Amino acid sequence: MTFRIGPRTNQIIAYSILLLMTLITVVVLFFIIGYVFKNGIGQLSLEFLTDKTRDMGKEGGILPSILGTFFVTIFAIIIATPLGVGSAVYLVEYTKGGLIHRIISFGADCLAGVPSIIFGLFGFIFFVIKLNLGWSIISGGLTLAVMIIPTIIRTTEEAIKAVPHSFREISYSLGGGKLDTILKVVLPTSLPGILTGVILGIGRAVGETAAVIFTAGSSLGIPTSAFSSTRTLAVHFYILAREGISMPKAYATATVLIIIILLVNFIAYRLMHRFMAKYY
Amino acid sequence: MKDKIAEKLLLFIAFSAILSLLLITFFIFQQGIPLIFKVGLSNFFSTHWAPTRGNFGILSMIIGSLMVTAGALVVGIPFGLACAIFLAEFSSPPIQKTLKPIIELLAGIPSVVYGFIGIVILVPFIREHFGGPGFSVLAASIILGIMILPTIVSISYDALLAVPNTYREGSYAVGATKWQTVVMLLLPAARSGIVAGIILGMGRAIGETMAVIMIAGNALKIPHSMLDSVRTLTSTLALELGYATGDHRAALFACGSFLFLIIILLNIIAIKITGRK
Amino acid sequence: MIKVSIKNLNLFYNKVQALKNISLDIEKNEILGVIGPANSGKSSLLRAINRLSENDYARLSGTIILDDTDIFTIPINDLRRRVGLIFATPVVLPGSIHKNMSYGPKLHRRFKGSELDEIIFNALSAANLWKEVKDRLKDSASTLSGGQQQRLCIARTLAMDPEVIMMDEPCSGLDPISTAKIEATMFELKEKYTFILVTNNTKQAARVANKTAFFLAGELIEIDKTEKIFTNPADSRTDGYIRGKFG
Ligand SMILES: Nc1ncnc2c1ncn2[C@@H]1O[C@H](COP(=O)(O)OP(=O)(O)O)[C@@H](O)[C@H]1O
Ligand SMILES: [Mg+2]
Repeated sequence: MTFRIGPRTNQIIAYSILLLMTLITVVVLFFIIGYVFKNGIGQLSLEFLTDKTRDMGKEGGILPSILGTFFVTIFAIIIATPLGVGSAVYLVEYTKGGLIHRIISFGADCLAGVPSIIFGLFGFIFFVIKLNLGWSIISGGLTLAVMIIPTIIRTTEEAIKAVPHSFREISYSLGGGKLDTILKVVLPTSLPGILTGVILGIGRAVGETAAVIFTAGSSLGIPTSAFSSTRTLAVHFYILAREGISMPKAYATATVLIIIILLVNFIAYRLMHRFMAKYY
Repeated sequence: MKDKIAEKLLLFIAFSAILSLLLITFFIFQQGIPLIFKVGLSNFFSTHWAPTRGNFGILSMIIGSLMVTAGALVVGIPFGLACAIFLAEFSSPPIQKTLKPIIELLAGIPSVVYGFIGIVILVPFIREHFGGPGFSVLAASIILGIMILPTIVSISYDALLAVPNTYREGSYAVGATKWQTVVMLLLPAARSGIVAGIILGMGRAIGETMAVIMIAGNALKIPHSMLDSVRTLTSTLALELGYATGDHRAALFACGSFLFLIIILLNIIAIKITGRK
Repeated sequence: MIKVSIKNLNLFYNKVQALKNISLDIEKNEILGVIGPANSGKSSLLRAINRLSENDYARLSGTIILDDTDIFTIPINDLRRRVGLIFATPVVLPGSIHKNMSYGPKLHRRFKGSELDEIIFNALSAANLWKEVKDRLKDSASTLSGGQQQRLCIARTLAMDPEVIMMDEPCSGLDPISTAKIEATMFELKEKYTFILVTNNTKQAARVANKTAFFLAGELIEIDKTEKIFTNPADSRTDGYIRGKFG
């Protein structure tokens, strides 16, 4: 008698394996977050967030890094948002397929796949050295801006595409020009989607290390101008952990970093959902 | 009039991405390529890296990068595909709605956090249970595998969803089970999207830097086993850029040029496969 | 007096010719009914008159004259203010009723004090919607019923102070009561405006139109007084369509 597994049994086995692997993936995620939180939450305090960093990070808090992260990220967003949103508007509203469309989306797709260390190399040679901006908030911000442009382009593109065509027709039939229509109908309607892109960009910028460490530097002082070198949270955490300066401080910094990332993703997710529920 | 100006301005802005890409290409190549010509290909592709003494061989790093990337794919592909198939074909909409953002969240976690988890958990675990220093190809492969999961999942998932429902219905109509439908019909139909996802995942793995530096050990030799320490192209860049000058810095950019070329190639292949617009 | 005069109008989408050598005149303060089966070019005609067809990458030849001026010499935004278009499905823009009403006027000029509110009041009253919405102008426009939304779209067009109002099957999605309200509105407004009413409901044309044009496969088969079209059409195809033989 030959033993043969029937298609039903096969299906059950396959299902169980898929379920198991998916669960493992989810567990890994929760484990990473949980593990960091478990060791880090206890170290968090208002003092930690508002105190200067002392003794290379063995003592004190992370105020300089919080400020550094904030400024570098804001800088990046201010540069990248108009460029990203503008590109997406052009792609959707002004090109109808064609060569220009292909060139622009190819650029965005390729740029999205460039690893952060390459951005780091580029930012270092171009902004820090050639433009002589030094290790600074500006150099870091510009480098991150280039890095997050594709994120903003892609999300905005989807959001703008989701605006019903009829809205544009109404605007035109009421005598609105193309620019009126874009500014008063298309962009306001797609705003939640655009914000999602911007927020995801913030998330990428905050978590980035390789691209900022060679452009913003790693100075622990409180930044005083756009030309100050600064050490972002992610970089600070990297240095704490890799050089084994202080494990408790490393966990605490990682906890702050993850809380920011969770918050960013949560907000982006909620915004996107509200938007999609309306127009898809 | 207003419209014409706006269009010109937007066209200009729209070139920002491709322009950035060109700038990046230009500066990295301009800094790196001359050195390759100066020292010759045989020096550049040798295994001897001592840039302060005129040896610019990046072969052992290339092999290192390939090893951890291959390892990452071994971990990432099965788990990534499993998640994608489970999400797209075996879960109800509410489960999809919860699981998808959770898996996407994996992509949001910073590389340094992965590296850290590697240091505090994976490396000691490997050292105790398998021997060796712990900082190893194996550790890097596992962590990178997790890191590229979201890329593989989300692109494969989209590819599966893009298969028209009539295929599924046709298959169920002739009595196939869900799993048979997946294996015989959906995976082949979604093949190109899945391959593109894997290629992009590969690009991420080759390009990942911080996590790898933290857990791969970075020893400058060709690893002989999964438990050996390994140095990748990216680690070399990040470890040495801070202090390198002269030819040494140029060598790092040469190394970066090589890495960049590979990544762009992978991107182009993935874009061609998915045939985006 | 002739308000709109169309001569030898041809319209192509890529290879498809949607309008074939159309010539017709529309008198001021009358309602022209346009009937014909699906894909006969009715919508294309309306979209040509306010040049919305340019957005569809359509190619045009021939002339369209509005009050002695070639429409291609009128700045496009002016043209579209003067020639309003109501679509088959009412599309309200996201935002309040008030925002929907002020969108058009604000595109064209600035307003002082209560000027804009007055325009909105007049337009909503003329569209017979004021009483129903006066206490909820700040509510989202999408909370209105289908019929109300269509009247809002009419009011939104009226707020632009147009001269010609074109309607593309405006009642196709509405119930008989909402339809009657819109027809009554049109009748009242005829004094001040010129209407082009595309309708898939021949009875509606019979009820409200002064003249009726019958289109078939991009051709204008005939145009005449409505009674004539509906009682004694010159072309047998018109007769066939009206009697429901095809379309
Ligand atoms: N935007 C467009 N692109 C290409 N063809 C179109 C477009 N709009 C309409 N057509 C074609 O033009 C013809 C006339 O369409 P239309 O004017 O919408 O007729 P009607 O309104 O009488 O149904 C049809 O064959 C239709 O398929
Ligand atoms: Mg039509």
